[in-house]
Amino acid sequence: MNLSNLSNLSVGLSTYLLVGAMLFCLGLYGVFAKKNMIAILMSIELMLNAVNINFVAFNRFIWDQKVDVHYVLTGHVAALFVIIVAASEVAVGLALVIAVYRNRQSTNVDELNWLKW
Amino acid sequence: MGTIVFFIFAILAIAAAWGVVTSKNIMHSALYLALSFSGVAVLYVLMNADYLAAVQLLIYTGGIAIMVVFAIMLTLRGEISDSNPENRVWGWGALVATLMFIMIAFVIYTNADWRILATPWTSGGSAADISLLMLTKFMVPFEAAAVLLTMALVGAVVLAKGVKVSK
Repeated sequence: MNLSNLSNLSVGLSTYLLVGAMLFCLGLYGVFAKKNMIAILMSIELMLNAVNINFVAFNRFIWDQKVDVHYVLTGHVAALFVIIVAASEVAVGLALVIAVYRNRQSTNVDELNWLKW
Repeated sequence: MGTIVFFIFAILAIAAAWGVVTSKNIMHSALYLALSFSGVAVLYVLMNADYLAAVQLLIYTGGIAIMVVFAIMLTLRGEISDSNPENRVWGWGALVATLMFIMIAFVIYTNADWRILATPWTSGGSAADISLLMLTKFMVPFEAAAVLLTMALVGAVVLAKGVKVSK
């Protein structure tokens, strides 16, 4: 795919980092403010996605042409591992939501207080 | 050209993320989530990460968003238009998230090392390059990720379906 025309970036690294920070903080707000367990899981996904943007942006902007060509993609690999962990996390998380829902008929985290004494 | 595309899709991703956390209908939240993931995939393309953009669309938009939609449908109770409420302390959450954002933005804008433009990219990012890296330098984490995915699969099935107690 030749996208070199499109990706002659005139947008700097800090703009990408700012986009990542905005997504991260929206996800943080969702984790704090939402009642529904699935909404909280979605907010966590947003935060992981923001971290991925940072990995790829740093890899794109701070790279060294002298390094061996097969080692400059480390940021991409890190982002890939984050995606793998996010996929397993959401699978187990949604299974937990369904298991809790079967027992308590609710997905409201404010009602999940039966470990409280 | 790249700048216009960047701003269109960055604003799309952020606006969709805003929709995720403010929408009152949780089904709308899930669909905004898919939109936000797609916007981020375009940002990956702009950063010459073609393979990651494809993975983002396949796993996030295609897999995770659909799984979330299924979980919502399985656990829905009551009125859908008020299925995604805020809790009592959402104001504190908004305050903490805003302060966090101000702090990160301050760090980003005061760090002169990060005020740089991109140099031309000559080192791939295709599936072949990344798979080579995964099978040489990162082989052990790659195998660990395979084990993690298998464990997550088994764990999700056991949690969601339950285990039959043997006599």
